[in-house]
Amino acid sequence: MTVRLFELMLKAAGYTVVISVASIAIGLLIGILVCAAKLSPRPWLRWPASLFVSFFRGVPLLVQLLLIYNLLPAIGIAVPSVVAALIGLSLCTAAYQAENLRGGFLSVPRGLLEAADMAGLSPWQHFRRIRAPIALRLTVPALVNEAILILKASSLISVVGVIELTRTAQNLAASTYEPLLFYSVAGGLYLAINWVVAAGGSLAERALRRGRLA
Amino acid sequence: MTLPAPAIAIRRLSKSYGRTEVLHGIDLEIARGATTCLIGPSGSGKSTLLRCIAFLEEATSGTILIDGQPLGFEEQAAGRRVRLPPQRIRKVRSGIGMVFQQFNLWPHMTALGNVTEALVTVKGLSRQEADARGMAQLRRVGLEARARHYPSELSGGQQQRVAIARALALEPEILLFDEPTASLDPELTGEVLNVMRDLGGEGMTMVVVTHEIGFAATVGQRIVFLDHGRVLLNGTPAELFAAPRHPRLTQFLETYLDRGAAMLLKPA
Repeated sequence: MTVRLFELMLKAAGYTVVISVASIAIGLLIGILVCAAKLSPRPWLRWPASLFVSFFRGVPLLVQLLLIYNLLPAIGIAVPSVVAALIGLSLCTAAYQAENLRGGFLSVPRGLLEAADMAGLSPWQHFRRIRAPIALRLTVPALVNEAILILKASSLISVVGVIELTRTAQNLAASTYEPLLFYSVAGGLYLAINWVVAAGGSLAERALRRGRLA
Repeated sequence: MTLPAPAIAIRRLSKSYGRTEVLHGIDLEIARGATTCLIGPSGSGKSTLLRCIAFLEEATSGTILIDGQPLGFEEQAAGRRVRLPPQRIRKVRSGIGMVFQQFNLWPHMTALGNVTEALVTVKGLSRQEADARGMAQLRRVGLEARARHYPSELSGGQQQRVAIARALALEPEILLFDEPTASLDPELTGEVLNVMRDLGGEGMTMVVVTHEIGFAATVGQRIVFLDHGRVLLNGTPAELFAAPRHPRLTQFLETYLDRGAAMLLKPA
């Protein structure tokens, strides 16, 4: 493998990282809203959120991507394939992240909230100062897990025509007749990226350790 | 001339969980400036009563007056109970501090952070002023040196003392303690009881749910003995513990020989 081809692989890996990070960030924002809706006492907020979660968790990501890619042009919205891929990945991870966050919120011990009530915190202060920070700390390991899953699942977006790491490896394997080499490099690159993500997660957990639930 | 209102007045308070009634029409007045200990067997409703006083549990019927002000519900002329708006509940509740069995310190804040949180967010003090007041409270419970430690880095006894400092920082009229030493190792209960004893000595109005009979008998000025969701006995330690004693109380004390009840039972 020449340096030039390796550079192509690296560039594709960079593309995979950019798309994954963007999806995870957008997914987190949507996930926060969906989680808030699911925890809401108002049924008209709760049931659409439940529907959202059950759809995006229940339908395979591959099918979701193909659906979005074909549905948008069908209703007259022409988008580049990378946008369709971003929408698909973001919505899918949003459903999982909403559920992770909800688990975090439900795991905040009731006594800590009662202490906040007794201290006279208003509902918003209560949420911002006590509930959300504790829930987020409880959610960090699940968030790291989800980031790794999305990085790997991003290989699926090649089906809608996005040339990311896996597809680049496929293309180069086909044109050079060296599949073993290029798939090994692709695997190694995924592993390296996820190792960095996991290490970042460990650092975050260590930074938060002093403030963990006793 | 009218008598000053009691610190807490409880009127015909009942509490049910589903169909099970756990408190049956409690009438009780808590005197100002005194330590009142609620004792009784498990399931007698003493913790539930305390949680109703803090409005962490809503009573099914009856009313609670804190310093003459209705908490949570107000009795109207027709005998109907009306729920008060949340701001009014917060206002009345600001006169009450609570110390929990599980400490309930916020794990993501230091000891000082726990003590100063409401001073900044609720009372609007500057960080500097809040820290000064927080340190003063930590000094009061002997934990000035642990101010920058997180709850996970403190022993149970230290955590509970921080929790007491947190409650004191808001300058409550009344402090409620819900079995404050029940989750502590025996060698750590002493340091918490000592802090409480000092507070009682300073004239703080305290209501303490406890299994520490020795503490109740020596520090409590009033003892309220609950049994099956009713106030069975209410008096000074001398009145309650001296012979002739109520048979239910004797029976109860016999199960707490290791918590200081032995000295109350030994023949004079």
